[in-house]
Amino acid sequence: MKPDTILLDHGSGGRAAHRLTTDLLLPVFDNPMLSALNDGAVFHLPEGRLAFSTDTYVVDPPFFPGGCIGDLAVNGTVNDLAMCGAVPLFLSVGLILEEGLSMADLETIVAAMGRAAAAAGVQVVTGDTKVVPRGAADRIFINTSGVGAVPAGVTIDSSRARPGDRIILSGTIADHGITILTRREGLAFQAAVQSDTAPLNAMVAGMLAVETDLHVLRDPTRGGVGTALNEIAEKSGVGIRIHEDRIQVRSEVAGVCELLGFDPLYIANEGKLLAFVAPAKAEAVLAAVRRDPRGREARIIGEVTADHPGRVVLETRIGGSRIVGMLSGEQLPRIC
Amino acid sequence: MKHVEEYRDRGIARRLIAQIHAASRKPVRLMEVCGTHTMSIFRSGLRALLPETITLVSGPGCPVCVTAQREIDQFVALARCEDVILATFGDLLRVPGSGSSLQQARAAGCDVRVVYSPLDALDLAVRNPAKKVVFLGVGFETTAPTVAAALLSARAREVSNFLVFAAHKRTPPAVAALMAAPDLRVDGFLLPGHVCLVAGTQAFQPLVDRHRIPCVVGGFEPLDLLRALAQLVAQIEAGEALLENAYERAVTAAGNPKAQAAMAEVFTDVDAEWRGLGVIPESGLKIAAAHRGLDAEACFDLAVPDVPEPRGCACGQVLKGLKLPTDCALYRKACTPLHPVGPCMVSSEGTCAAYYRYHRPEGA
Repeated sequence: MKPDTILLDHGSGGRAAHRLTTDLLLPVFDNPMLSALNDGAVFHLPEGRLAFSTDTYVVDPPFFPGGCIGDLAVNGTVNDLAMCGAVPLFLSVGLILEEGLSMADLETIVAAMGRAAAAAGVQVVTGDTKVVPRGAADRIFINTSGVGAVPAGVTIDSSRARPGDRIILSGTIADHGITILTRREGLAFQAAVQSDTAPLNAMVAGMLAVETDLHVLRDPTRGGVGTALNEIAEKSGVGIRIHEDRIQVRSEVAGVCELLGFDPLYIANEGKLLAFVAPAKAEAVLAAVRRDPRGREARIIGEVTADHPGRVVLETRIGGSRIVGMLSGEQLPRIC
Repeated sequence: MKHVEEYRDRGIARRLIAQIHAASRKPVRLMEVCGTHTMSIFRSGLRALLPETITLVSGPGCPVCVTAQREIDQFVALARCEDVILATFGDLLRVPGSGSSLQQARAAGCDVRVVYSPLDALDLAVRNPAKKVVFLGVGFETTAPTVAAALLSARAREVSNFLVFAAHKRTPPAVAALMAAPDLRVDGFLLPGHVCLVAGTQAFQPLVDRHRIPCVVGGFEPLDLLRALAQLVAQIEAGEALLENAYERAVTAAGNPKAQAAMAEVFTDVDAEWRGLGVIPESGLKIAAAHRGLDAEACFDLAVPDVPEPRGCACGQVLKGLKLPTDCALYRKACTPLHPVGPCMVSSEGTCAAYYRYHRPEGA
């Protein structure tokens, strides 16, 4: 009989582990490289440069409105590759399961990973599963690593922002972080918000199709838009000026931020990007972002300046200005 | 949120700013008493829009910042007690005591939980009957009523493992102490809207009558602030010293009688030590004798040694508006939000932390 929870046996390398792989994982990530069940995947790659990225997901809770740890883990690495301008190709998946995790939850999470991989057009070609005793992990942690091919002529780098560049933001901010926060155990109120977790590789492909020379791409995940812009200002040695009235925050999200004293500029996103583009190309790239269903609300939120290098300045709604600094300390742990 | 957006209108803001520029003649120092005002002033970039004649200084309005080091040490001692779950607002976690912060105590194995409401702490007690759940009651009149309500609810529901460590403080006695100080360098006070929502403007009327210093109660959106500042400047220029309410949509003379009743039922006024300011008569709220069974201070032995506050820290003068954070030798050097020395650098509403985040250093 199939057990309804994960047992230590499932990570033993023995029969139970084998059944977990063949019955649950292989059917979802169906491809010949994975189902060969060798120690590693062997594949051909296109000519040119590769991008390689890894990220580990420990989000609490693992299920939240708009997604779960499964699609988050796939989209996260897909997006990290896309932010290098790469076409994501292959992923690895490492699962760390806590003894006692319900089999139904695992099935739901793995199915979400399968759907996310299919939506992003990537293949999961190798993987690993470990089970740790109850209390040694919190339900499920997932590592994903991925490789992607960088097209010729694409040189995206956080140090390439130049004075005059326009800054495109692909939509509303703070949806993911606030969703996780409101679902945390012990937080009584819950607002009608949902995570924005989504793959961005199709959006980036559309942008590159109209302009190969995107200067900087970033998905503002942990630390939010504020932290991402600070890192870019510092690495490029430029100033950044953004306009509060052009940065969109969903009304419900803004309400939670007001109540709890959070600045949405520092709250995580999982399906948004920032792009730095030369001014002559900005409108064309913005139009390309907006053609993607996930970028319909994209706007140019600011520009790069030669003034105040290393600093991000926000022009406020009432016409004042303030510095958007680096976030100090953890505003909210375990959001991804 | 639409209701909030209305109070951030650029056109109306411009008119108010022009009005302030036209009215302001003599150089004045205006103190915003409330930490939420400090944050709102920075977040809206309001300082740069005011005439050079107006200097805004921040007062002792961040409850975390004025919590005495000794009390932080007692919180840590409490966290180390067996079978205790300490429930606290997040801002307290990083406040340095003389030896450890609550965050360090948590890393060392103590059970310290962040909650967003004292009622969440009460739920925690219900779910963990074998533990004693102690809520750290830190805050002004704005938080004290909800703590009182949680405590009354615990009694009504007969939850015997819920306790409160009351370190609450009242704002009017602190403002009175500032007004009476011989070294006062403040020409007008922007009074805290949220405190007045509970306590009513009546709580501040005697102070204005006695000390003859202009006071205006203000709200927290940019237009609320601008309007309050415009009224304050108008009073000063006219040579008046009144208590005005520029936050009428929320604040009345009488305040919130239910909240006041809950506080009166649960707490009793005591002399309290304010970090940086010293002991201020009848400025603290401790749990009244009738509720002794829910008073953590009565139920645990929390004797801690007296340790002097860190040398060189100017938090005391910052809290009185005598110094700006930038005048402190430790600011941005030994004292940063990641490694705070003084309490004003810890809480997000602390004056030094707000300066650190938003203030551009000279020449940068």
